[in-house]
Amino acid sequence: MAKIELTRSPFIKNALKSRYPQLAVFIIMLVGYIFAILAGLIGTPVGSHNFSIVFVWIAWWAVLILVAVPFFGRGWCAVCPIPLPGEWLQRGAILSPPGKRPKWLNLRVPKMFRNIWMQNISFLLLALFSSVLLTTPNITGIVLAAMLFAAIGLSTIFERCAFCRYLCPVGGFIGLYSQTAPIELRIKDKQVCVQCEGKPCYNGSELGYGCPWDVFPGGLSKNTYCGLCMECIRTCPHDNIAVNLRPFSADLAKPSTRIDEAFKAFIMLGSAMIYAGVLLGPWGAFKDAAYNVGTSAWFMYVIIFLAIIFGILPGFFTLGILKTKSRLPVKHCFASLATALIPLGLMFWVAFSLSFVLTNASYIVAALSDPLGFGWNLFGTTNTAWQPMLTSILAPGQTLALVGGLIWSARTAQKASSEINISSIPTIVYSFILTLVMFWLLL
Amino acid sequence: MNPRLSLLLIGLAGLAVAFAPLPVQPIAPQERTFEIDARQYAYSPSELQVNHGDTVTIQLVSTDVVHGLYIDGYDISVEADPGQTASLTFIANKSGSFRFRCNVTCGAMHPFMIGKLNVGIDNWLYRSIGLATLAIFGTVISMRQKA
Ligand code: SF4
Ligand code: SF4
Ligand code: SF4
Ligand SMILES: [Cu+2]
Repeated sequence: MAKIELTRSPFIKNALKSRYPQLAVFIIMLVGYIFAILAGLIGTPVGSHNFSIVFVWIAWWAVLILVAVPFFGRGWCAVCPIPLPGEWLQRGAILSPPGKRPKWLNLRVPKMFRNIWMQNISFLLLALFSSVLLTTPNITGIVLAAMLFAAIGLSTIFERCAFCRYLCPVGGFIGLYSQTAPIELRIKDKQVCVQCEGKPCYNGSELGYGCPWDVFPGGLSKNTYCGLCMECIRTCPHDNIAVNLRPFSADLAKPSTRIDEAFKAFIMLGSAMIYAGVLLGPWGAFKDAAYNVGTSAWFMYVIIFLAIIFGILPGFFTLGILKTKSRLPVKHCFASLATALIPLGLMFWVAFSLSFVLTNASYIVAALSDPLGFGWNLFGTTNTAWQPMLTSILAPGQTLALVGGLIWSARTAQKASSEINISSIPTIVYSFILTLVMFWLLL
Repeated sequence: MNPRLSLLLIGLAGLAVAFAPLPVQPIAPQERTFEIDARQYAYSPSELQVNHGDTVTIQLVSTDVVHGLYIDGYDISVEADPGQTASLTFIANKSGSFRFRCNVTCGAMHPFMIGKLNVGIDNWLYRSIGLATLAIFGTVISMRQKA
């Protein structure tokens, strides 16, 4: 299937090139974000009536995992308010082109951190505290504020947006799954880039900033590290940047060879399964353990969580690889074949989120009217009773998502394994078994 | 066999697996009573097994704060005050697996206070296993076709 260049439409192109539409969305997002922090800190401690919990963990999460990531990849990052204050501070400007001299320290991120291990760790940290985070407005407020300040702090020390690129726990998994999205930003003609003087897309010019994500657009081959900030569309003097509509998961045709990215796939896959069991399962003991941070039960939960993600899941996967005879190093096969787990993991999250979101969506209506839980009734919907929605389509919907994910990952496995010339069967069997576990947990 | 034809057959089999009505075994309906203890944030027992057509009575006993029990799909509920027993009776006339959950805000983990009611066999679990198996066959066949 061919690609369709969306930026060929002058309307889309101008909307992306101009800073104002994006700025308008940014401002709404930033106001919402700051309101979520305040609501978390000063609003009611009852999670299901607090804006920060309901809007972040139900509304935003639903949009992110069910719509934004599958269809727009890093589309959320294009409008995310978290890096904004830091970027404004770093540039000493909100809209105008950059000054000559870099502000602040502007250091380069040390080489050992230039991978996504910090993101893996930051995601895991949130994951291990997730039961408290998901249910306690205070904690959600503090975490949201901490992300904002971390982004500001890092932008005064390091060049570009180090927070987004190397630390953001959300950015890590959006980047992984953005490879499956049917949207991409790419250059149009490699030759034009080769001859382009000064590479303003990377270095910046009077038209805009150099790529905040520290990627050279001329070399982009997958969505993972492009934040869709649209700066390169503004800076490229040769009109060589395009936003394309493309087949789903086009990036996965070229499997990654990076171990940090392979482990991100396991972290996400494992977390979706653990959450499905702990949060949506009938076992009270797991919930107690996950919630009571600091107790010995919680430490057991942490150990089991980490053992599943770093031991059991990758362990069985590796055993499967060892069964296939290959002359390539195991590490290489491991990373390449883990590509097949990306669509599987995304659909695990979709299936998990469906039940979580549909059963709790009615809180959104109530929280809208009384976002802080102070007893307001702005839209007359404060007393809307809790009511799970669409429970009759839940099981078929989850089945569809999980079976679809399995087919998608089996096909990805076939492509990845033909790239490196080994059998795809162990990877397909592995995906099949994990899918069965997910059926058992969710249905 | 022609691979296209086999894919078509697999597709048809998939539709059958997804939508064909399952035979309901004619088991004489019974009356069943369960006593369920509710505490923050779990039910005990947390899984109930009944047959299609049974008349089910749930006696909900709350051991700490006010808790509720709402059954997805059946859309019925009951609420129990601390130390009190509340009772709910219904006819299990829909098959499958249904979550029941607390419908009275009872503390932090309230949204995750969940149990499971199985009426007959868990329809979607078996259908989904069948579909996943067919899907794998289909994928392998299409792989052969290309090879
Ligand atoms: S990486 Fe994180 S902070 Fe950066 S834009 Fe994406 S979600 Fe926002
Ligand atoms: S500025 Fe445009 S033409 Fe030059 S290197 Fe960047 S994308 Fe290529
Ligand atoms: S400048 Fe271009 S390549 Fe860099 S993050 Fe922004 S949109 Fe992506
Ligand atoms: Cu309860």
